[in-house]
Amino acid sequence: MATQVLQNPLELPISARLAKNLKRNFVERVIEFMLMLAALSAVATTLAIVFVLIYESFAFFEHVSIVAFLTDTQWTPLFEDAHYGIMPLVAGTLTTSIIALLVAVPIGTIGAIYLSEFASHKTREIVKPILELLVGVPTVVFGYFALLFVTPMLQKIFPGLPSFNMLGPGIVMGIMIIPYISSVAEDAMRAVPMSMREGSYAMGATRFQTAIRVVTPAATSGIVAAYILGISRAVGETMVVAIAAGQQPNLTFDPMESAATITAYIVQVAMGDLPHGSIGYQSIFAAGLVLMIMTLVFNILGHLTRKKFREAY
Amino acid sequence: MVTATTPIKAESRDLNFYYSNGTRALKGISMPLYENKITALIGPSGCGKSTFLRCFNRMHDLYPGNKYDGQIVMHPDNTNVLAHGVDPIEVRMRISMVFQKPNPFPKSIYENVAYGLRVRGEKNKRNIDDKVEEALKGAALWEEAKNRLHDLAFNLSGGQQQRLCIARALATDPEIMLFDEPTSALDPIATANIEELMSELRNKLTILVVTHNMQQAARVSDYTAYMYLGELIEYGDTDMIFTRPTRKETEDYITGKFG
Amino acid sequence: MTQASVLKNLDEVRAMIKRHKLNDYIFAIVGLIALMIGLLTLLTLFIDLVMDGFERFSLEFLTNYPSRRAVNAGLLSAWVGSLLVMVVTFLSAVPMGVAAGIYLEEYAPKNWFSDLIEINVTNLAGVPSIVYGLLALGLFVYILDLGQSILTAGLTLGLLILPVVIVATREAIRGIPVAIREAAYAVGATKWQVVSQHVIHYSFGGILTGVIIGMARALGETAPVITIGALTFIAFLPPSPVTTEPPFLNFEWLSSGFTVLPIQMFNWLSRPDHAFHVNAAATGALIIVVTLLMNGTAIWLRYRIRKNIKW
Repeated sequence: MATQVLQNPLELPISARLAKNLKRNFVERVIEFMLMLAALSAVATTLAIVFVLIYESFAFFEHVSIVAFLTDTQWTPLFEDAHYGIMPLVAGTLTTSIIALLVAVPIGTIGAIYLSEFASHKTREIVKPILELLVGVPTVVFGYFALLFVTPMLQKIFPGLPSFNMLGPGIVMGIMIIPYISSVAEDAMRAVPMSMREGSYAMGATRFQTAIRVVTPAATSGIVAAYILGISRAVGETMVVAIAAGQQPNLTFDPMESAATITAYIVQVAMGDLPHGSIGYQSIFAAGLVLMIMTLVFNILGHLTRKKFREAY
Repeated sequence: MVTATTPIKAESRDLNFYYSNGTRALKGISMPLYENKITALIGPSGCGKSTFLRCFNRMHDLYPGNKYDGQIVMHPDNTNVLAHGVDPIEVRMRISMVFQKPNPFPKSIYENVAYGLRVRGEKNKRNIDDKVEEALKGAALWEEAKNRLHDLAFNLSGGQQQRLCIARALATDPEIMLFDEPTSALDPIATANIEELMSELRNKLTILVVTHNMQQAARVSDYTAYMYLGELIEYGDTDMIFTRPTRKETEDYITGKFG
Repeated sequence: MTQASVLKNLDEVRAMIKRHKLNDYIFAIVGLIALMIGLLTLLTLFIDLVMDGFERFSLEFLTNYPSRRAVNAGLLSAWVGSLLVMVVTFLSAVPMGVAAGIYLEEYAPKNWFSDLIEINVTNLAGVPSIVYGLLALGLFVYILDLGQSILTAGLTLGLLILPVVIVATREAIRGIPVAIREAAYAVGATKWQVVSQHVIHYSFGGILTGVIIGMARALGETAPVITIGALTFIAFLPPSPVTTEPPFLNFEWLSSGFTVLPIQMFNWLSRPDHAFHVNAAATGALIIVVTLLMNGTAIWLRYRIRKNIKW
């Protein structure tokens, strides 16, 4: 067998070398272009979401005036006497979200302070991954918990509580976002430079004093960002409320009553058999648009506060 | 200046220190701190001077696994601050510290200085006001800060921040103050201010200062200790150390042949 | 200070420290309780599910179709549906997400264009999942006319986990030191050679972590799949993807109707008859076990990578 002699590229004629470079550059360009298209899919998805929501809502608002949408106190699109006031759904969404926050903010913050300032390195190494695990538990399972575990328990305390109510799912959503708030707030507190803690301890401060008087104030914007992103999760949460809060739109802030949230309404309509193009079908997009705007506001606020915090350190 | 009558405020006795990874950072250090005097610690980086300083207020307790072996005894009460039964918080209430980089809290100037008092449970606003003013005056910051006491401390310049940290450490009337390279992050003018301040503070308390700058040690201190590789090589009157060191290693370091 | 005053002072200081330290102990206990509420609730939830669903744990539960009688009802169509949807999700989200991550880290110039993409990725990660359902209903089901099919569901969940994959890819790539790239460029590699032979190779573990977490999330997602109109009572299996006759592959399953595990659970949970709640509990236990296993693997993998690789 003849030994193959490797050809020194420099010995090739100049035209061949150019051709080779051209081909290589072309391939590189094509690859870069394709990768860019993939990256643009994120932009495309956002645009598609905005387009679909606005397009279908537009059709909806041809039948329903925006004033009625915002001021009517009833939401009964599927009834003979249809009303299209979004307020009852927003009220349900806010009530369940506020209950969730009342549960998650204190517990999540205390947990974060404990984890960041009190727990040993080893405890933190074990607890942090478990928190991350908890963030990944599917919400439909928490719905089961709200309907068949927490609500029956609450009914023993409040005998008049209906089996569909906002209190139970609110509490469960709160428990659900505790790991998230703890985890994000703990990250913020860990980011406070050690020199600040040393300054406090050197003044004779205890752990508790250092945590409350120095670390927490220094991490405020990071902790607040955790709350805001937590709210956004509660507002957008679907399954827990769809399962346990009831399906009746009800303009009330009383947690002991049953009421539908925006998300629960969308699920309810989607489960039914509404014809494409009907006003009922369009109404879920209008409701979705309101939901999207609410969460978008919270997300932007959350990211701005978090960015402010990152710039500070 | 070393006379039999100069009282000793604190002394370390055969002090060894081990970091959590097992490194022995201090090797059998014994030396006194004289009352109302400034003692400077000099030596090349990594010689253990900061490690030694941070033993005095038990800063090493903040990181698990570190181990002290030996004693640092405070007078007049003969408390060994490194003893297991002694709470590091108690030690830090008596011995305050100024850090290498200014580390004010994200609070107002006023609240920064008042921090030590608040930590001690002081609630009387008049007392706090008085103490804050006194401390800011003591740290030569009062004139610059009196009209902006409720501004955020971060708005001060680097030198002002460091003086604020000195005021913070001063407000609680400590018996000893530790300075860990207090001017290494500052410009020459701010450095001169701090050095002047330290000389004045000598009338009120005992000072231990780590410095990377030999001229600084020569300018401000009464006593100087030269450390190398975790050992105390030579300790004595500052004038003597800089003019007639007894050990060859000290002379090499001071004359710049090494380090 | 005189000796007497120092000593008197010391006694006061010690008494005060004792008082202050009490706060430390109290908070340490309160904090531990707070942390435990988060952790123990899940344990309670899981034990509750296992106890409620215990009587359904059997092989038949996995091999039976849904039925009007709770005792006979099973998960066959649901888990097969979940599996097929996950295949589509994986095939759509992973190549797209990894490519986007590579572009953003290795190619994109740092200007308004890359900022725009970045803002979009962050924003998409915070969009409620049900909104993805509305997108799919409007776009995939009606405009593109893909129907209420496995393909629609898989693509929807693919879009949903796209930000997770992109972020994980970027983080994994960012961990690779510049020196490695320079070493490859120095021997004459083109950009794509550096990316395909080195960058992807070294960041594989990190990307895998993100992919597993994303897939676990897709498996547990219910709302978007309901919104596109997944059927809740399916007593048949989609056509098999593999056939015995050439060309051995069959794509009819993509357009088939389907159900998935969380929807089956939701459906049983919505019925008033308690016997079906038992089925829901058993399904919930299964979903938790599978997602925890997936997330656990991913987190374990990540900690192992962090431990082993020291550039």
